[in-house]
Amino acid sequence: MRVVKISFMLAWRNLWRNHRRTIIMLAAISVGAWAMIFMTALMRGMVNDMIRDGIQSLPGHVQVHSPLYRNDPSVSNLVSIGDAELAEKFSSAGIERFAARVRVPAVISSERESRGVTLLGVDPLQERSVNAVGSSIIAGSGLDSAADNGIVIGRKLAEKLETEIGKRVVIMSQDPENEVVDRGFRVIGLFEASLAVQEEAFVFAGRQAVQKMLRIDDRVSEVVAVGDDYRDVSSLLSDVRQLMDSADEILPWQELDSYLGSMLAVMDGFVLVWIVVIFLALSFGLVNTLVMAVFERVREIGLMLALGMRPSAILWQILIESTLLLLIGLAIGNVLAVASVLPLRDGIDFSIVAEGMEMFGASSILYPELQLSDVILANVVVLVLGFFASLSPAWRASRYEPVEAITKV
Amino acid sequence: MSAVQCIDICKTYRQGDQDIKALDHVNLEIPDGDFVCLSAPSGGGKTSLLNAIGGLDVPDSGEVWVAGRRIDQMSKGELAELRLAQIGFVFQAYNLIPVLSARENVEFVMQVQGLAAAVRREKALAILKEVGLEGLEDRRPAEMSGGQQQRVAVARAIVSRPALVLADEPTANLDSVTSGELMALFVDLNQNHGTTFVIATHDRRVMAYAKRLIKMLDGKIVGDIDQQPG
Repeated sequence: MRVVKISFMLAWRNLWRNHRRTIIMLAAISVGAWAMIFMTALMRGMVNDMIRDGIQSLPGHVQVHSPLYRNDPSVSNLVSIGDAELAEKFSSAGIERFAARVRVPAVISSERESRGVTLLGVDPLQERSVNAVGSSIIAGSGLDSAADNGIVIGRKLAEKLETEIGKRVVIMSQDPENEVVDRGFRVIGLFEASLAVQEEAFVFAGRQAVQKMLRIDDRVSEVVAVGDDYRDVSSLLSDVRQLMDSADEILPWQELDSYLGSMLAVMDGFVLVWIVVIFLALSFGLVNTLVMAVFERVREIGLMLALGMRPSAILWQILIESTLLLLIGLAIGNVLAVASVLPLRDGIDFSIVAEGMEMFGASSILYPELQLSDVILANVVVLVLGFFASLSPAWRASRYEPVEAITKV
Repeated sequence: MSAVQCIDICKTYRQGDQDIKALDHVNLEIPDGDFVCLSAPSGGGKTSLLNAIGGLDVPDSGEVWVAGRRIDQMSKGELAELRLAQIGFVFQAYNLIPVLSARENVEFVMQVQGLAAAVRREKALAILKEVGLEGLEDRRPAEMSGGQQQRVAVARAIVSRPALVLADEPTANLDSVTSGELMALFVDLNQNHGTTFVIATHDRRVMAYAKRLIKMLDGKIVGDIDQQPG
């Protein structure tokens, strides 16, 4: 302890002995730290946007189905209770953001074309609360209520069917008795979605009209509930499980869409790899700086050993010097990263490459997300690995024989 | 008790293809409070002997005892503690830490010893005044002449009143007046505080201050004369 103060003072002064070298090294660490944090914020923003879009497009945070529905999403496999009872249960439990849907495979036909689609019988008021796909109407109007007799289809599907607002289309599906049922709907609106495939795959009609067509009374295929944070849905999941019959299957979004669920874990791993890769590039400069610093000071280190400084104190002196270098570099890098991300809070417009971004589900506006956990991870990784990278030159310095070091030319 | 005892110590260095005997069966006993000058031509073994006594180098064979403790078998940490507590060093060249001021250099050993800042400062300023460096306390080594630097090194070696001072050509960079003042300081410490001095030197004026003059040649002691200090 008694040598900590002198070691710290020597480390600090030695750091500024060769200004140019220290400044270059600080610049390298700062830019490295900036790159770690800034690029991570961009990647987080992009991935989170994809996940949010993916979740909002229909899955929500928690879903209720018949246990057979995921293997056979037909009208035969319905949730155990009807929509009125569901609404009452969810509302009384304080779950405000939920939607009960009929969701079955169907065929849609215009006078020119036919397409296989997923028919969703929805209550538009409930759907708005979960921000589902189909709510972004670009032409005509959306559904008014669960009793609405119109149909809303995607812009792309309208193009494929060569139909338009005001025209009629026929929806054909099966009832629970496996009898073919069909019904004509008038196209009242077109929606757009972040993924083109969604515009072709989903059609929305009033829930009651679909229930009547499919002869399923007030029953639904799925119930979707949305909580505050998609990263932590455990309490919502628990609440919904308590409300529902044990015969129903209640799953969080990560299990319903394993691709989306794995993206979070993949992203966490990717961030760590990215940080470590940048650090490895940095570490060469750091170790080189320390080796040079030690090499230049061999006689001085010999003198301190001769005067009675313990080898361990020499080791700590070099490690303190390295840590100071890292801390200053990280501090500058963190400030630069925050200063770079804050002005971009309103998003970076990538509309010039919008088509490419949309292909893999990302929005053309990228919102960087600076997560405290990522900033902490970057700083901790650099400090811890930097400490270990510095051990070799520090150890070497502490192992000098005083008499050899002091006479070194 | 002996301040220093060397029993049949040998040290051989390898230089190219040749083995050079720096110390060749040296036997020496220096009592507490002695004032010894080692005199030898270059390569005669006086610096090697100082290094062995100071625990800076380990002899190939033989025993070295300092203040009643055998040091040639000590660990690096134990040797560091011994040097810190018992021995003051003045080296021939490159004596100071460049990033510390004159006062901080003098305080260095005391700081490693764990003395309080106020005590260190007071002692350092007093000793710097004693070696004639008053007013230069805040200068760094690069801002001082060779002689001034050497005086700072001497001040550092004696400031914590070690039992033993080992000095290798301490007056090499000093003018005759400063050299005389420095030797007077050494004599004062020797006489009034009982500090043992072992000084390697070529300078006959320095030798004149010694109570005992040891002559070395080719790593051997070839003369050991008690004398009346002049």
